[in-house]
Amino acid sequence: MSVTSQRPLISKLEQQELHRLLAENKRIDGRTPLKYRDLKVHLGYVEKAEGSALVELGNTKVLAAVKIGVAIPFTDTPNEGVLVVNAELVPLASPVFEPGPPSEESISLSRYVDRSIRESKTIDLPSLCIVPGRSVYSVYIDLYILDYDGNLIDASVIASVNALGITNVPKYSVEGQAVKKLDESFRLELKDYPVSITYAFFDDKYVVDPCLNEEYASDFTVSMTVKSDDRFCAIQKNGGGMVSPRAVMELLDRSVTLGKELRTLAYGQLTG
Amino acid sequence: MGEKVSLFKEDGKRTDDRTLEELRPINIRVGVLSNAQGSAYIEQGKNKILAAVYGPREALPKHISMPDRCVLRCRYHMAPFSTSERKSPVPSRREIELSMVLRNALEPLVMTSLFPRTVIDIFIEVLQADGGTRCAGLTAAVLALADAGIPLRGLVAACAVGKAEGKVVVDLNDLEDKYGEADMPIAYNPTLDGITLLQMDGIMSKEEVEQALSLAITATQKIHKMQVDALRERFSIGRRDV
Repeated sequence: MSVTSQRPLISKLEQQELHRLLAENKRIDGRTPLKYRDLKVHLGYVEKAEGSALVELGNTKVLAAVKIGVAIPFTDTPNEGVLVVNAELVPLASPVFEPGPPSEESISLSRYVDRSIRESKTIDLPSLCIVPGRSVYSVYIDLYILDYDGNLIDASVIASVNALGITNVPKYSVEGQAVKKLDESFRLELKDYPVSITYAFFDDKYVVDPCLNEEYASDFTVSMTVKSDDRFCAIQKNGGGMVSPRAVMELLDRSVTLGKELRTLAYGQLTG
Repeated sequence: MGEKVSLFKEDGKRTDDRTLEELRPINIRVGVLSNAQGSAYIEQGKNKILAAVYGPREALPKHISMPDRCVLRCRYHMAPFSTSERKSPVPSRREIELSMVLRNALEPLVMTSLFPRTVIDIFIEVLQADGGTRCAGLTAAVLALADAGIPLRGLVAACAVGKAEGKVVVDLNDLEDKYGEADMPIAYNPTLDGITLLQMDGIMSKEEVEQALSLAITATQKIHKMQVDALRERFSIGRRDV
């Protein structure tokens, strides 16, 4: 059951200030409405993972780690590797994160990241087949939210793609029931570099890359994932409120432009 | 994907003989359950979905209640026999996400401040699934809210649009949902010109999204008319149970 969430109270004064500033196209942290926060990407943050990346988007910190294994393929895709995305909203990251089974926020986040990567075909799942119908590689992306200051979606997509970009897949041999890990490995090849752009709406105005206070004070957010060829592979409105079709059309244009800028910043270390 | 599935017939019609912009046959009934304050039933293609509303009632457990408004609680659930392979009755990750997405699509319509400290429960049960269940379920859930007499800012009608073999199509059926290139569920209120549910997965260019969006608006306007008719039918004079 999904229940109306009790957002932490953001003081009336702060909310009014946010709206007042926005009327002048300003934001509480000094940014303009279409400006992202500083983005830092640390590749290979955890060595035990086959690939990993720590992404800092302002004060938001997301660690993505890729683990590779061998699995039985799904019956409808017998010749394709298995991709699983999981997000942990670790309790140390925010007072609103609680230990326990995955919350709907965590499920929604991981499903959005999954769609962004799967639909854009960032990794070529058919190439991750070992024995057709029997054994395929499984690619687990685990997202660890370490510090929460808004816009988990965009940071998580960037962290996941960066982690995949440096992933070394250990080779396995499968003979009958015996699965053996070999000494060789190969680099996972990225076919696309998707980026998600998230907008937070305040009445008829919106800002990009909302920080936590903006997220709490906003009516709703809209995220759009853009592929390298400027096509879209995922869109989602999160939270209540209504958005006009005209505003959605405007966001499509914005996302193509912003996507190009963000892609260079986000994947510079991978593409050189 | 294995074997090649064709989504269009030789005459250019879709597998169920529809044109690109044609909706499946829709049948809506309001007030179908005796215990719920409000209820609605929808058939859209082979979809069969029930929606029921209980409340406003006391918010329990107490900690979920809010002093200045009512709380909305929503469950989207698929019956184990609703799909070709049996689906476990335990809520899947998909159902948990959709429960949230549907609650978000309904929240902006409900005048929540009229019922402080209470809860309104919305249950959506998919009895038979044929693609586009979240949209059909939402179309029914809004009517169940109206049937319960809960003050609303308006109705929303929902419909999936998407892409199949390169063509933008309206109201995807199960096959098009599975083998098509993109799926974009949308809920729209024509009088307030507002979208309350917007999702997309698959691949579409900017132009295709724009085209799909405008087709969705036309389609939801048609469904909106059917919703109004179903409500009229329910509350017209001469009905035994009104």
